[in-house]
Amino acid sequence: MNEIWQGLLEAIKLIVSLDPEILEISGRSLWIALSSCLLASVICLPIGGLIHFQRFAGKRTLISLIQTFYSIPTVVIGLFVFVLLSRTGPLGGFNLLFTPTAMIIGQMLLVIPIVLGLTISALSGIDKVIPDTARSLGAGSFQTAVVVLKEARFAVTAAMIMAFSRAISEVGLALIVGGNIKGFTRVITTTISLETAKGDLELALALGIILMFIALVINLVLNQLQTR
Amino acid sequence: MPLIETVDLCQKHSGHDILKKIALQVEPGEVLSLIGPTGAGKTTLLRLLDLLDTPTSGQIYFAGAEVTRAGKARSETRRKMAFVLQKPVVFNASVYDNVAYGLKWRGITRNELYQRVSGILETVSLSALRDRNARTLSGGEIQRIAIARAIALEPELLLLDEPTANLDPISISRIEKLIANIIHQHKTTIIMTTHDMRQGQRLPNKVAVLINGEILQTGSSWDIFTSPHNQEIAEFIGTENIINGVITASEENLVTINTSGEIIEAIADYPVGEEVCACIRPEDITLANSQAPSSARNSYAGKIMQVVPMGPLCRIEIDCDFPLFALVTGRSVEELDLVRGKTIYATFKATAIHIIRRER
Repeated sequence: MNEIWQGLLEAIKLIVSLDPEILEISGRSLWIALSSCLLASVICLPIGGLIHFQRFAGKRTLISLIQTFYSIPTVVIGLFVFVLLSRTGPLGGFNLLFTPTAMIIGQMLLVIPIVLGLTISALSGIDKVIPDTARSLGAGSFQTAVVVLKEARFAVTAAMIMAFSRAISEVGLALIVGGNIKGFTRVITTTISLETAKGDLELALALGIILMFIALVINLVLNQLQTR
Repeated sequence: MPLIETVDLCQKHSGHDILKKIALQVEPGEVLSLIGPTGAGKTTLLRLLDLLDTPTSGQIYFAGAEVTRAGKARSETRRKMAFVLQKPVVFNASVYDNVAYGLKWRGITRNELYQRVSGILETVSLSALRDRNARTLSGGEIQRIAIARAIALEPELLLLDEPTANLDPISISRIEKLIANIIHQHKTTIIMTTHDMRQGQRLPNKVAVLINGEILQTGSSWDIFTSPHNQEIAEFIGTENIINGVITASEENLVTINTSGEIIEAIADYPVGEEVCACIRPEDITLANSQAPSSARNSYAGKIMQVVPMGPLCRIEIDCDFPLFALVTGRSVEELDLVRGKTIYATFKATAIHIIRRER
């Protein structure tokens, strides 16, 4: 018990003194997760709009399939990306394995189902009269889609935040395709798992606190959005 | 040339006929009111006219050009119209932006946009609320935004679907004034729907009665009000006294109708033996305590069954072997001492009766 308190105290000291290693790791975690979510959003918003506005056979099945992928294990995506990017894999020539880029690609694939599925449900939550109103006021199909997306902006932002929280908190994928290389691909979660295994609890606890803090901020923002 | 015309317009939905061979012609500057009960197909028709939906069969012509199904011409034509949907929704944006949306899509310059939106907000008395989120406003205010964003487009044709449904009386009169204003100032061609016969009378200059997907009668509101073509229309426009009978004598244009024992005389031109119904508007019936000699041919003794106050008027239900409803002022009720169970004489003129042939 004493050891834990000691560790916690040290951890808080590390955070307060703005320890360079902690800053570097946290910064990398944030920017990798953020990039992967932004990329996923750029891809998913138009595709989500397309799926929502178009009528086609198998639409329901496609949506359930997307929703099934919400909870795909991170190690499975990690394995998939690993195979894809490994030297003998189809994209091996790019030499991307064990780089932050590989982690961004992996996390992007991980959160695409979440952003896509939640975007579609955000769009279907919009009153059916809204697109009719837009069209009757002279909007073309693209302008109508933009209006509906704008109406769903809070729910869509919530989807992006959900994706971000999944990306920043996952560890399996980051470990497999990032490799936890110090100063290069080491992020909060992989550090925690490594340092805990080593028995160096201070750094692990400090990063754990930071991760919790990020989760808290995410929750606050999400709550704010949902009460709009 | 009519601004908008429909030819044999039909709409089916999962095997049901929603609209049957609608033929409408609306001239530029004309104001047409589509009246009909809920579910008659009024909204379906407006959606077709605004080219939001495609009809099962039939054609729509806008300013002479067919626009029923054509691709690009459809959206261009839609931009010449504005449609205020029933139960309008506002975008989750400021009042100003709500009105500005349609103009922005037409690529109007920033400066002109500001001028026009400000002017329109002035017209609908919403200037004070311009920066408020439109979602936070009341039903009447939202309806005004919906009309504002439609007239901001300066459409050639304005479609209004039940513009005063579910509003309080003050909001209703505000909206009606606003519409009257649009008619007066902009000479916009308007097609509006309502299930309120009185509104149909207060506003437009032409009325079409739509019942069960069919246009049954078109004419001035006064024509329809005083001489409905059939029983369905008579019932819909609030003719409360519809009495069935058979013509027993016809002389010149005066007919005698036998209604299960009682005789009613009316002005009409139908042969003997024709099954008809006699429509008498409740306000055309006068009540008296004694059978006064009168030029009126039809006078009946009856027992008062019910007295129901309706604002300044009272609706009196009388049983004269056939049920009869009369509308009298509150003062008459007091003066004549109209109470339940009392015997009274109900009188109406032969000219006050509208005779409709009964369909078998």
